[in-house]
Amino acid sequence: MLEHLELFFKSIFIDNMVFAVFLGMCSYLAVSKKVATAVGLGAAVIFVLAVTVPLNWLLDQYLLQPGALSWLGEEYASYDLSFLSFILFIATIATMVQLVEIVVEKFSPSLYNSLGIFLPLIAVNCAILGGSLFMQAREIPSLGLAFNYGLSSGIGWFLAILAIAAIREKIRYSAVPAPLRGLGITFIITGLMGIGFQSFGGMLTGDNEPPTVTEEVVEAVETEQIKEDPKDPKETEESTEVIAGID
Amino acid sequence: MPLLSKKESKLILDPLADNNPITIQVLGICSALAITAELKASVVMAVSVLFVLGLGNVVISLMRNIIPSKIRIIVQLVVVATLVIVVDQTLKAFAYELSKTLSVFVGLIITNCIIMGRFEAFALGNGPWRSFLDGIGNALGYGVILIIVGFFRELLGSGTLFGIPVLGDPIAKTGLYAYGYENNGFMIIPPAALIVVGILIWIQRAKNPSLVEEA
Repeated sequence: MLEHLELFFKSIFIDNMVFAVFLGMCSYLAVSKKVATAVGLGAAVIFVLAVTVPLNWLLDQYLLQPGALSWLGEEYASYDLSFLSFILFIATIATMVQLVEIVVEKFSPSLYNSLGIFLPLIAVNCAILGGSLFMQAREIPSLGLAFNYGLSSGIGWFLAILAIAAIREKIRYSAVPAPLRGLGITFIITGLMGIGFQSFGGMLTGDNEPPTVTEEVVEAVETEQIKEDPKDPKETEESTEVIAGID
Repeated sequence: MPLLSKKESKLILDPLADNNPITIQVLGICSALAITAELKASVVMAVSVLFVLGLGNVVISLMRNIIPSKIRIIVQLVVVATLVIVVDQTLKAFAYELSKTLSVFVGLIITNCIIMGRFEAFALGNGPWRSFLDGIGNALGYGVILIIVGFFRELLGSGTLFGIPVLGDPIAKTGLYAYGYENNGFMIIPPAALIVVGILIWIQRAKNPSLVEEA
């Protein structure tokens, strides 16, 4: 149970698909102009990842790994088909994406219309193939963990695209320098978000450290103190800053 | 007669600047960001993409009249996957250390949007020679960005190029380090790549205002 929980949080925050390994950047940049479409694509990615990673885990375990064919009999134990993994993984993914496309078209034509060209492009979304390849490279030990890994990586990707879409909707009202508008500023914001996500790095390694006070609490305490004693001009300045920060 | 007609050389030169696959078309970002902490890895990645895209474009272009349009994505994926397996096995055989550094990103050439994008947009509608040139041009445009980003990240982050120290020894304090220069550890972490590419886009669009996006 604990390892499930650990993998779950690790894949969402520490090894986030977008911020730590930059997978699925193309659709991340192209479909993040509106929150509604971003949510649709994010959900599709979660679903496809949660299905394809366990499927590819089974393929890897019973077909591709060195010695994986030993269930067929002694004489097959020395076969190593791992060089075929790219082509088999991508075949599984392409099939699953086709299936998702048919299902979405049938049950939610409005979502199908808004996702438009990007649904078939999930097949070439690096996050999907990357999920399977990382699953293979990290030697995830069981089918349950593989499912967990696919699901949580998908959720991480979903969070990332949701966040950037919300920021991009707001940034339309800001005076960004003309050459930086659109793509440029999105890159830099993603970089800054990535630096923020780096701070999750120590989350699971701290053993018996005492729980530290979170930033929000500290800020709240500061504002309270300042409200009580507004005479000091320096502190008043700080309080306006804090309030501006909260806004 | 010159080797390439004007139209053909345009196919190669355009993607290098004004129609760059990374900074303008926004394709193939993933690998451009993930493996550029070292110049060596960037160069290997650029060469691998050059090989896959050049050959893949020719193969797809030769088959363009016999591929049923409904299953073309699967056909394209199979062609790319085959070429990438060749690259991967070659790297494993001749540069094992490097293939460890690149890890899954060699496999991710399959889903590099540049490749599928060029197959869809160009190779399906043009002859093999023109497709070959288009593939080479786009792969070069991709490689140029990769090498620029890799150059700055390795130089500023570790003070080396291709693993060779060029700014002196940071521990013994020789060369530039004698004057108090420090390596910028920030350039090594992954998010720095995004910011470097963001700045590249900024510079390119500031030089060429016709590329600026409307608000």
